[in-house]
Amino acid sequence: MSRPAPRAGRYRRPLPPIGRYALRVAALAAALGLWQVLTSLDVDLWLRFSQFPTVTDVAHAFADRVSGADYWTDLTDSLTRIVTGFLLAAVLGVAGGVLVARSRLAEDLLGPLLEVVRPIPAIALVPVAILLFPSNEEGIVFITFTAAFFPVLVSTRHSVRALTPVWEEAVLTMGGGRWRILGSVVLPGALPGIFGGLSVGIGVSWICVISAEMISGQYGVGYRTWQDYTIVNYPGVFVGMVTIGVLGWLTSTTVELLGRRLTRWLPRTSYVPGARPTPSRTLAPARPAPAAVRTEQPSGTEEARDEHLV
Amino acid sequence: MSTSSDIKPELRTVAQAPSSVRGTRLTLQAATLGRRDAPVLADVDLDIARGEILTVVGPSGCGKSTLLRTLASLLPPLAGEIDQDGHPLAGPSAERALIFQEDALLPWRTLRANVELPLAIGRVPRSERRVQAEEWLARVGLADHARQLPHRVSGGQRQRAQLARALAGRPRAVLMDEPFGALDAQTRAGMQDLLVEVLRGTGATVVFVTHDVDEALFLGDRVALLGAGRLLAVRDIPRPRDRTALDDPARVALRRDVLTSLGT
Repeated sequence: MSRPAPRAGRYRRPLPPIGRYALRVAALAAALGLWQVLTSLDVDLWLRFSQFPTVTDVAHAFADRVSGADYWTDLTDSLTRIVTGFLLAAVLGVAGGVLVARSRLAEDLLGPLLEVVRPIPAIALVPVAILLFPSNEEGIVFITFTAAFFPVLVSTRHSVRALTPVWEEAVLTMGGGRWRILGSVVLPGALPGIFGGLSVGIGVSWICVISAEMISGQYGVGYRTWQDYTIVNYPGVFVGMVTIGVLGWLTSTTVELLGRRLTRWLPRTSYVPGARPTPSRTLAPARPAPAAVRTEQPSGTEEARDEHLV
Repeated sequence: MSTSSDIKPELRTVAQAPSSVRGTRLTLQAATLGRRDAPVLADVDLDIARGEILTVVGPSGCGKSTLLRTLASLLPPLAGEIDQDGHPLAGPSAERALIFQEDALLPWRTLRANVELPLAIGRVPRSERRVQAEEWLARVGLADHARQLPHRVSGGQRQRAQLARALAGRPRAVLMDEPFGALDAQTRAGMQDLLVEVLRGTGATVVFVTHDVDEALFLGDRVALLGAGRLLAVRDIPRPRDRTALDDPARVALRRDVLTSLGT
């Protein structure tokens, strides 16, 4: 997620897990170091870093903010909005996706409506939200919800349609009814696809909750960031951006880990992309034997390792 | 299978129900089967007796699977009548379990959880479910694999788990659609013996579809021949489920007959 997959694949074997962590921390540190150098030297080539706050400026601003109450209010406000909107989107998106995929009537009734609303960017619904809802708070949740709803709905619909019919027929001939098929076949079978949609959805939700807060919020990380910009407090803007980055990373990791936990039954090779034995330039010609060994070793250790490295 | 020897003693404890009562009689009268736009079998008259094993052979595409799916009520008959014990079929039911060629186990459930599914549908209490599922898995020689996911075990083991799952619901008829078709010859012979062992005592009526004539002649009390969109014949099998009957003259003659009728 944070780094291109092929690179991670190539370094996987020579480095133990500690080494990979170190590499990740080092990459982050290098980026920060570059930032510090460019801004403290006021480099002004084509890109202008003279007005840019330095890493230490931002760190000081961050420390100030964290010790104040407003920062935490902003944080909890933004989190409440995104969690509410996202959970609503998850529940209604899955329900809608299953309904449209399983019922021809639902497909005819809802399909055209959904297809027309889907291309509208959620953030373009701000005027609608302002008209519809009594307060900004609900409007922001509505926009967050809309952002995540469509990715969840579409991927649920696709994965429900792609289910093997044999599973359903087997449950039918065991005497299972409609609800049994829904609970024992459709939902668990579509789960890998549903989590694909949830992962996309949580990302889009962040973009929209921050944008909506910038436009119409009171409190919230997006609102604070925009406020800092209007009063030319650039370190404050960066504090906001770092906060958004960390929160987004935490929430999408949560979704990702939950998804892995719930879809542990999937045959391994089709799931974790990093686990693919990619032919590596440095290793393959010189040492063909270890590569063969690697494909045979139990994949459980790799899975355990990967979960901590998302 | 190596486990067939320790299966026998358990069987006696399970066959408490009078075995002859469990089976069901399935009758097809002038039935046309298939999809609406593509009927496959026309004018089928077939009477499957209570507790018998009827094997069905025929070239591929002749409607073997269609017949099974119709008996399972997954496909409505296009014409004619299909009865169970004199009453028309009304939708799929746990009384008629279907065993598929492969990959019908739910991949997210362990073998035991798969076998527990029909029991859960039949509202068996949770603790009782576990006990029964483990018994059934032991009976098909999978006691040590109860907690494995289906893709972690071999094809033959998956089919044994499917058999356990189908029988755990105590169906009155078991419909089997080339259940051993994807297995190698040796595993298949073992599976046939296991099937005979496990079925004994359930009293269930069995309809077993296969493309393997020898399998059909070993397992069946009778064999039905399908071809050219019709039911060609139903023949009694001498000395069914007897491995030593292979060179019985009557069996040899029947085998030749079946092969000729399939060849034309």
